[in-house]
Amino acid sequence: MDKIPKWADVALIPFLNLLIAFVLSGLVIFAIGENPFKALMTMIDGAFGSTYGWGYTLYYTTNFIFTGLAVSIAFKAAMFNIGGEGQAMIGGLGVGLACLFIPTALMPHWTIALVFAVIAGGLFGAGWALIPAYLQAKRGSHVVITTIMFNFIATALMGYLLIKPLKLKGAQESASASFPDVTNLPTLHELLAPLGISFSKSAPANVSLFLALAMCVVVYLLMNRSRLGYEIRAFGESPTASVYAGISPTKIIIVAMMLSGAISGLMAINATMGQHERLILNAVEGAGFIGIAVALMGRNHPFGVLLAALLFGFLYQGGSELSLWTKIPRELIVVIQGLVILFTGALDNMVRMPVERMFIAAAKRKDA
Amino acid sequence: MDFLTIIQIADSALRLATPLLFACLAGLFSERAGIFDIGLEGKILASAFLSAAVAFVTGSVWLGLLSGIFASICFSAVHGMASITFRGNQLISGVALNFLASGITVLAAQAWFGQGGRTPPLTGNGRFPPIELPFAIGRSDAEAAGVPLRILIEQANPIQQVYSEFISGHTILVYVALLMVPLSWFVLFRTRFGLRLRAVGENPAAVDTAGISVVRLRYASMAIAGTLCGLSGVYLATGLGAGFIKEMSAGRGYIALAALIFAKWKPVPALGATFLFGLLEAIANRYQNIDLGGIVIPVQFMQALPYILTVVILAGFVGSAIAPKAGGQPYVKER
Repeated sequence: MDKIPKWADVALIPFLNLLIAFVLSGLVIFAIGENPFKALMTMIDGAFGSTYGWGYTLYYTTNFIFTGLAVSIAFKAAMFNIGGEGQAMIGGLGVGLACLFIPTALMPHWTIALVFAVIAGGLFGAGWALIPAYLQAKRGSHVVITTIMFNFIATALMGYLLIKPLKLKGAQESASASFPDVTNLPTLHELLAPLGISFSKSAPANVSLFLALAMCVVVYLLMNRSRLGYEIRAFGESPTASVYAGISPTKIIIVAMMLSGAISGLMAINATMGQHERLILNAVEGAGFIGIAVALMGRNHPFGVLLAALLFGFLYQGGSELSLWTKIPRELIVVIQGLVILFTGALDNMVRMPVERMFIAAAKRKDA
Repeated sequence: MDFLTIIQIADSALRLATPLLFACLAGLFSERAGIFDIGLEGKILASAFLSAAVAFVTGSVWLGLLSGIFASICFSAVHGMASITFRGNQLISGVALNFLASGITVLAAQAWFGQGGRTPPLTGNGRFPPIELPFAIGRSDAEAAGVPLRILIEQANPIQQVYSEFISGHTILVYVALLMVPLSWFVLFRTRFGLRLRAVGENPAAVDTAGISVVRLRYASMAIAGTLCGLSGVYLATGLGAGFIKEMSAGRGYIALAALIFAKWKPVPALGATFLFGLLEAIANRYQNIDLGGIVIPVQFMQALPYILTVVILAGFVGSAIAPKAGGQPYVKER
């Protein structure tokens, strides 16, 4: 018999976890001498009060859907991929190289450019996850440590490439040349205008949002409706049992990590192709790490990831508005992010144990 | 490159290795007791902030030191609670604490000092002064002779150069860090407490059977790790630097973790590993690009080298790195 009903597991406990994290965040705001409720109103207004706000919120949401899905796939295979940040950076390199060096004659329309970018970003991201995955599968090196190391190596590599070979000659900034116009993805403004809906021109949300939503469906089908997904989940639940079922651990570790890396890499399409339209340093802006919080909060389910990504999109956009209008620095988001990861991830049992006891006591009363 | 230049690089390597060494030993105690600690980075940062803030407000670096250690121990306590009492995922807890430290230090610094997430620069008693060992050429000698210190050292003989430049003239925390190496070795490998601590990291069930509390031992290891990590942050803000700057730990917690693997979870090799990584940083700081007979090594490669070396070590191509067996697993007592 289950200790607690399913609704408590998927809704009540995450809600309580989040509540603690947000109450503590409110206390932090209070402690630095600001009004938490006013801060919340400013954030809601900044994130949802205008189509401009929505445009940024959805832009960040798109990033976090990709990185959240990436982390969740690895979690399903009982692996903790902290390398989303590096994989997204290198994925961005792939996207950038595709946009810069594939002749525009081959890319007559942005849709075709997008196909190339998906292939390049996915392959580069997956490639960056391959070495840690191989080392975990074959040599037993802990994937957490190696992916952390690969994040730093990716930062150094991108730093080198954007200061030396890929840097636009004569420019001050460490950035590549701008991508050709044909590779620029249509923004929500351009997509919605023909439908008669006016949407902010300057907001960066773009067609990648739909790619991200499609990825949620693809990941759901892959994990829950395919043989590979079943094998990944089985391996994650019990590596030893899955070996007896004829599932190869090497294959699952490598495939799951590469899928995770590929989806992280796709995040770069939103940031590099959709927003910056050239390669810059730190286009990822920590989204790879936020993926961890998003996956934990979304309970590794694509729909949960979508909701959690929207929440973090709101926090991100609301947080930057907050730093504009109040004395609260942008780093507040990092605090909230840390608290959310702490309470939904590491301290989950702090809430779960009493809730379980409560349900068991209730069940006993019923029996008696 | 003359002899004195090499000595100067070694000197700067020792300074840069000190925060790594403290953090590496912190990780050593934690992981030897079976608790992964990727939260080293956050603890360094928290300690660096609070030590600098208190040292600035009170003007006493010693109060700063205590506050830094206190901040770090608080973070350790949360990590202990998550990983020991509530049997949560230790890696996730570490990641969370890193974010928490990274955000809250800036928030608090901004609220207290309003200088964009930093503390005002520390001066005078707010910092640890360099200690001049006996017979070393120091600032007072230079003032007495009326020539700059640099020239005085240039004129000295090589042994005096090594002594004055490399060995003498560091703050007390550098010597404390070096002292911690034999001390950690002694505690871990020559005391009953150390034996039990290591046993808890390999086979907690056996320790429990012998009637020793796994929980208490693991919390003790967290307290030691918190103290050592605190010293790392204190040195960063009041010895190496002069005040707290946003994100000033700059990945040192992760490099310390790399050094720990490099050192195969042993104290004396930890000194070697952290010195090596300090040396790489010192070289990268001094030379932007290194020309090796036609092949130019970019500075970014030097920066990435500690991480690349760690991956190579982890891959087991150069000796094997075997972590404590029970690392990362919460201990559940049998009923």
